[in-house]
Amino acid sequence: MPGHTISLLPKPKLAVFKFSSCDGCQLSLLNLEDELLDLVGAIDIAFFLEARRATMPPPYDIGLVEGSISTPEEAERIHQVRRDCKFLVAIGACATSGGIQALRNWASVEEFTSCVYAKPEYIKTLDTATPIASHVFVDFELRGCPVNQHQLLELLSALLVGRKPNISTHSVCIECKRQGFPCVMVTKGEPCLGPITNAGCEALCPGCGRACYGCFGPMEQPNVTSLGAWFLKKQHRSPRDMKHMLRSYNGYLEPFKKASDHYERLERE
Amino acid sequence: MSGSNENSGTRTIRVGALARVEGEGALHLVMRGDEVERVHLEIYEPPRFFEAFLRGRDYHEVPDITARICGICPIAYQSASCYALEKAMGVFDQTAGDPAIQSLRDLIYCGEWIESHVLHMFMLHLPDFLGYESSITMAADHAPLVKRALRVKKVGNQIVSLLGGRSVHPVGMCVGGFHRAPDESAVAALLPEVRACIDEMTELTLFVAEHVEYPHLERDYEFVALSPEKGYPMNLGRIRSNKGLDLAQEEFGDAIQERHVEHSTALHSVIKGRGSYMVGPLARLNLAADRLHPRAAELLPKVIGLLKQDLPWRNNFLSLPARGLETVHALALAADILESYRRPTKSRVAITSRAGRGAHGTEAPRGICWHTYETHDDGTIKSARIVPPTAQNQITIEEDLAEFARRVVDLPDEEAALKCEHLIRNYDPCISCSVHFLKFRRTRVPLETLGRNAAR
Repeated sequence: MPGHTISLLPKPKLAVFKFSSCDGCQLSLLNLEDELLDLVGAIDIAFFLEARRATMPPPYDIGLVEGSISTPEEAERIHQVRRDCKFLVAIGACATSGGIQALRNWASVEEFTSCVYAKPEYIKTLDTATPIASHVFVDFELRGCPVNQHQLLELLSALLVGRKPNISTHSVCIECKRQGFPCVMVTKGEPCLGPITNAGCEALCPGCGRACYGCFGPMEQPNVTSLGAWFLKKQHRSPRDMKHMLRSYNGYLEPFKKASDHYERLERE
Repeated sequence: MSGSNENSGTRTIRVGALARVEGEGALHLVMRGDEVERVHLEIYEPPRFFEAFLRGRDYHEVPDITARICGICPIAYQSASCYALEKAMGVFDQTAGDPAIQSLRDLIYCGEWIESHVLHMFMLHLPDFLGYESSITMAADHAPLVKRALRVKKVGNQIVSLLGGRSVHPVGMCVGGFHRAPDESAVAALLPEVRACIDEMTELTLFVAEHVEYPHLERDYEFVALSPEKGYPMNLGRIRSNKGLDLAQEEFGDAIQERHVEHSTALHSVIKGRGSYMVGPLARLNLAADRLHPRAAELLPKVIGLLKQDLPWRNNFLSLPARGLETVHALALAADILESYRRPTKSRVAITSRAGRGAHGTEAPRGICWHTYETHDDGTIKSARIVPPTAQNQITIEEDLAEFARRVVDLPDEEAALKCEHLIRNYDPCISCSVHFLKFRRTRVPLETLGRNAAR
């Protein structure tokens, strides 16, 4: 913390909000062990319930939203969050795509509720789990299940000095090649989603010798059709396999959604 | 804020959302004079229906999916899913019997215990004891303490990342073992910092034993934990209690009853015919203190001396030093595993899909996380049931609150709420897990003060 610097400007106020989620993306902030104390020196943590009890009133300069909208209460609350924040960032797969819980969007929530709860009448939930941008205007989206903490730090640093955050939009393949990992599709015949998945994870899965499962969601303009044809013809995967691969942590985000619907139709034929 | 309740003679106190817990919930106390009429720990974390959408997915997808139940303890979900599905696929004896796979499973879990315990102790729980609203304000007065805790927390995350690539939703573990065993050079590089952190954590644990005043709330709990053949509870073993419960892993599901109540999206667990029970660090320490790693075992008498409290500890405020001891244990165990590590030739066993059934619980930082799955013959999931730790502790938390609320009845609303929140944080409630967050609401019937309170 630059304790010797004296600034007359008030510190920017950061707020962190949780909707339907696992808390992992907010935790990524607390996992910045080396930078955390500097960060709280540079900004006021104005609202962050997982970390502190004290809250400051809005408006907030930066709002980070974790989680998807899956209950009537959340669908209301997100509008107030938008009004309270000057710059609103959706962080993580749930907030940017609906997340894993968006699998309900293809199912009967009534049936799901009675599968899990003895008294479905106590449960208040929406039929869909949807990303934040489906409800309010979002200024920036940070992908990943979970977000990459270095990208989160880059985003906050960029916002503090007023520049555009440097977040890659190419595929995981580029990261994988840079690190020199052997291609798991070529060497092991694994169904790797790296060619159509947005970078940001530093090619973790191929680094562990396994196929990318798409937790950063679709890259810009991915050729899902081409990769799908390869999986079906060369790897003898089924349309059902394709549907499942696409419908996971970012399944409700286009073009993964449209492609998974296509493979579902093929599965039924 | 607080305000008059619509019912005449009642008083409702609502205190924002409970902070420094993982997930969303509220506390509702109904009081008549000094007597507590009803305590509800309201958990309204939105349901996400994991058990429903797991049906039809392939068995090998499960550990990655269940990890998403909780960003703080993904390893707990991954390991319970893996062991339960290894049972369903008929390979459990091979994975549990493979020393290389087993030591890597212990190692990554040590990483999660360290990361989760230190996060809870120093960032979420200790501020209550020392009178701060958060570790952020605590850091202003206790910067060296917070920095040392962050150092230990970081090494926990590094251990998880060593095996799983990242600390939140790591990608290394799979049904059958690990996708890849780490390189010996990476293991060797991490060892010195893990060793250094054993000393750091020993001193941090002595600090909380010496400089913290613990509220006194003793109750006669039934402590439930895994009871492995050797070592401290973590991945394997039967499920036992201090009151004679002794179950095979497979029997646990039938031995407990999960109740669905209106004020909670978490299902409440009781042991059939016995009632509420406690899982977590206090349960483990009381049942298995003699199995701690020698580094933690040598620290235990010093901690007991400073606290002037012999085991068993029946006061869950002492979960703070219990977590400290467990963190020293996890660091020392991790150092041993890293030190003797030789990269195994194979890190996973081959699996042929089959129809089967498997049940297994492992010790999440907050207590037993138990899963059971049934599979179809193509390896897809037929049914899934997940019993997370906070749901199991929920009734016990409510019972603690009922006892504790009597002592705080004369305090101003805000102070009373703070004390109750502190008690809840003893359990490190992981509410995203149990829903399956907390707001405080107290309804009072203080006969003489009727109508005096104004909304705050």
